[in-house]
Amino acid sequence: MMISAFKNFNLGRSVPKSVAIHGVLMAYTVIALFPILVVIINAFKERRAIFRDPLAMPTMDSFTLVGFEQVLLRSDFGLYSWNSLVVTLLAVGLVLLLGAMAAWALTEYKFRTNLLITFLFAMGIMIPIRLGTVSILRLMVDLNLVNTLTALVLVYIAQGLPLAVYILSEFIRTIPKELKEAARCDAVSEYKIFFCIILPLLKPAMATVAVFTMIPIWNDLWFPLILAPGEETRTITLGVQQFVGQYVTDWNSVLSALTMAIVPVLVLYTIFSRQLIRGLTSGAVK
Amino acid sequence: MTLPKSKSTPESAVEKKPIPWHIVFFLGPALLIYLTFSVYPLLDTLILSLYDEQKGQSSFVGLQNFITLISDDNWSSAFWNALANNFQFFIIHMLVQNPIGLLLAVLLSSPKLRFSGSYRTFIFMPTMLSVVIIGFVWQLLLSPIWGISENFLYHLGLDHYFDAWLGKESSALITLSFISVWQFVGIPMMLIYATLLNIPDDIVDASVVDGANPMQTFWYIKLPLILPTIAMVSILTFVANFNAFELIYAVKGALAGPNFSTDLMGTFFYRTFFGFQLQEGSATMGAAVATLMFLIILVGIMLFLFFVQRRIQRFQF
Amino acid sequence: MLKARPVTLLKQSAISLTLVAATITSVQASGSLSIESWRSDDANIWSDVILPAFNQSHPDIKVHFAPTPPAEYNSALQAKLQAGTAGDLITCRPFDTSLSLYQNGHLENLAGLDGLNEFSDVSKSAWVTDDGKEQFCLPLASVIHGFIYNKAIFKELDLKVPATQDEFYKVLDTIKSESRYIPLSMGTADQWEAATMGFQNVGPNFWKGEDGRKALISGEGKLTDKAYLETWQELAKWKDYLGRGYQAQKYSDSQNLFTLERAAIYPAGSWDIQTFNDQAEFEFGAFPPPVVKAGDACYISDHTDIGIGINANSDNKEAAKALLNWMASAEFANLFANAVPGFFPLSNHKVAINDPVAQEFVSWRDQCNSTIRNSYQILSRGTPNLENALWNVSAQVINGTMSPEAAAKKAQDGLQAWYAPQQ
Repeated sequence: MMISAFKNFNLGRSVPKSVAIHGVLMAYTVIALFPILVVIINAFKERRAIFRDPLAMPTMDSFTLVGFEQVLLRSDFGLYSWNSLVVTLLAVGLVLLLGAMAAWALTEYKFRTNLLITFLFAMGIMIPIRLGTVSILRLMVDLNLVNTLTALVLVYIAQGLPLAVYILSEFIRTIPKELKEAARCDAVSEYKIFFCIILPLLKPAMATVAVFTMIPIWNDLWFPLILAPGEETRTITLGVQQFVGQYVTDWNSVLSALTMAIVPVLVLYTIFSRQLIRGLTSGAVK
Repeated sequence: MTLPKSKSTPESAVEKKPIPWHIVFFLGPALLIYLTFSVYPLLDTLILSLYDEQKGQSSFVGLQNFITLISDDNWSSAFWNALANNFQFFIIHMLVQNPIGLLLAVLLSSPKLRFSGSYRTFIFMPTMLSVVIIGFVWQLLLSPIWGISENFLYHLGLDHYFDAWLGKESSALITLSFISVWQFVGIPMMLIYATLLNIPDDIVDASVVDGANPMQTFWYIKLPLILPTIAMVSILTFVANFNAFELIYAVKGALAGPNFSTDLMGTFFYRTFFGFQLQEGSATMGAAVATLMFLIILVGIMLFLFFVQRRIQRFQF
Repeated sequence: MLKARPVTLLKQSAISLTLVAATITSVQASGSLSIESWRSDDANIWSDVILPAFNQSHPDIKVHFAPTPPAEYNSALQAKLQAGTAGDLITCRPFDTSLSLYQNGHLENLAGLDGLNEFSDVSKSAWVTDDGKEQFCLPLASVIHGFIYNKAIFKELDLKVPATQDEFYKVLDTIKSESRYIPLSMGTADQWEAATMGFQNVGPNFWKGEDGRKALISGEGKLTDKAYLETWQELAKWKDYLGRGYQAQKYSDSQNLFTLERAAIYPAGSWDIQTFNDQAEFEFGAFPPPVVKAGDACYISDHTDIGIGINANSDNKEAAKALLNWMASAEFANLFANAVPGFFPLSNHKVAINDPVAQEFVSWRDQCNSTIRNSYQILSRGTPNLENALWNVSAQVINGTMSPEAAAKKAQDGLQAWYAPQQ
């Protein structure tokens, strides 16, 4: 079935072909967006109207903002969003910086433990940090970091580093040797080579790493629940989850809360989306 | 990999000095955080799995926890069930998610496609959302009570196929797998798409000049070039699937009902570790489950690298 | 430029660290308390009604109510206790869950707490060690099972509140054949509904309440006995009266179906009253689980559900004890019973309950014999755990994927596997 699909779509530059391509892509776009739209549409509808016809657009009669009012009144969405933003930006920023530095060290310099460390990081891609939760919790208690955003940032850095090191290492390998050699001939320091020559070149790959690191951090439920469940440190995902748990029968409020959680992600993503593709495509070949 | 001592420039300079400070500078911070918050906790968990804790007293029991897990009736049936379900979950992803991702990527990369940026953005959107949202939405859509899917099927004349899919033992896991596919199809799509865009035009042009039709171009030129990406996608899918937890937890709770038909290794780990309702959690048994998950993932990856990756490597460009 | 970046980032994280640390220490230093609870539904009531009342007499103690959703409570609490981040006060599940917290040193022994004198031994029994000597939680409230019905629908169809099982099924049949309403609003997706609102709700009439429960503990009764078999047979009959696709119906769906007037009868716990008061725009009433035949003695599940204890690692035990003593007072009992209708205080104070439906529930105590859920005391100490097994088999019986006989056998086999008196 797949093969015949390719056959059709690759036949010449005919009009039917492009119609078919758009048809398939559009159909899938609808599948991808429809559920999200259902949430957003119903967030603006009155409780009974949601149940009467979940697919109807809000009308003059059924339009209401009461759900949003409830959410803003009963939970501290501003604080939760701020916490999420702080944690995500700090963690992603540090993953990028430390990951790039480590990737550089591992690809550029030869030393005795290089292979071991590379292997350790590679394992991290495959073994989820979550399996070590008990010990992480004990560790954070000993460090007096429970219920702080710092605990989350540290764990997320540890979680994000392996993939960052892997992708950035692959990318660094594609950087022409001549660049570095030339700099070394001019007796430029290793630090300067990295920060002034290599780091700027890594930008496109960093966008990819940023997106793939950001998604799981922003959406994580596990570590906020265990390491920082306090009101002051609650992230938006945890906040929404608890709100949904608390007001599960009050669908106005739940749908409004979900809508408010969807919007910032989509905005962030739209901003990063172009860099993501640029990063992905400039990965291997030059 | 071991390097000849006579190699030139920075590394020989490094060996002369007692401490290569720049390496410490570059590698130190990342390594420190990674070792402290990932490697150490994981090793600690492995060690914990060899102990038993009763009323605050911990004692070394060797492999007893593992023997209990795979042979004691109370544990083993749940364990094997979760493992089998997890394989089913994985196979559905491989058969549905990755082919759809490939198809979408191929279509998206068609030359001169208009709106390709918008398609890409939209199709990737579900991947960005948290399971809290996704679990809620799909329960709403599939619920027989609110009738959205049923109405939809009715308009297609298929309404007699409708059922309470999420509630039936026979269909709950498959339904959840499809929801997961819906969420994550953007990842294989993006990765394959990026690789397709990277194929140099001259290679494709050359094959066209040689008289290859588009199908042949895809089959003989593009596909071999994207195979490494497909391999990587497969391994990412494998790892992600054997760690899956959130979606099941959000939709079916930690008991993974009905009758454990949606139980995966992740939910099994959670229940063992933290307990559920009146069942007490056990850190040591939990650690044992985590260790087994660790081994399963490791073996899976080794097999994969051994049988698949080796053959593909030679196509890499 | 680029070198400056890590410095700023580090500085920022250092600042955020100090800030967060500062807020935490300041909270602890001011002598405030935090309550761990699974009653997220009541969060507003605690912060708006109950705690301000406490502060009238104790202005110097600041209390924060910090609930976790019910399904996560036990595991989240476990994690927090191990981490040392749990609140000063711990809301206690009854019997073995809390007992093990006490045995693991997480709960404080309440010996000498004055407030305990306000409670009967029966009320206290859910939070005491097996030898009856050490009390580790103060009883707070019990919940009662029964059925809540839509009065308007009953009037429309000219139905009478059923007292016996025959009448009950007659009512269900009438609703099914003469209207478009769903007769019974219950689902099996969450599993616990099947066990708690189903099995534990109607079962006591079959196993004669406490007699049956104690027989199971002593080993004289078995889950394969006629009484239990009949309970599951009863549940198997329910499936014809549930809504379409009830297998995917969650607890909140059940509540919504009832409050949106699409279902006539709702197998209930008394804690639902409050939600329904908020959301239903019609009058509703309640009736106890119907007896087998007219004149039979009736039994109800009057489950000691909530207690409250002190975190053994709390820095503020004196303040916590003051709060507990206040929770044993008549003032609290009155406040709680009326602010959260459906939770019935366990203290000996005479309490006037204003909510009519809550009144109806509590009035059954006079006509019927009370018992608690049979899986909570002792029988869920081993693996497989009886409570979790009951969830599983009850849901399966209602789904029609397991026969009542098989359910009884599976539950009994599981219990027999580890519980000596049953062997």
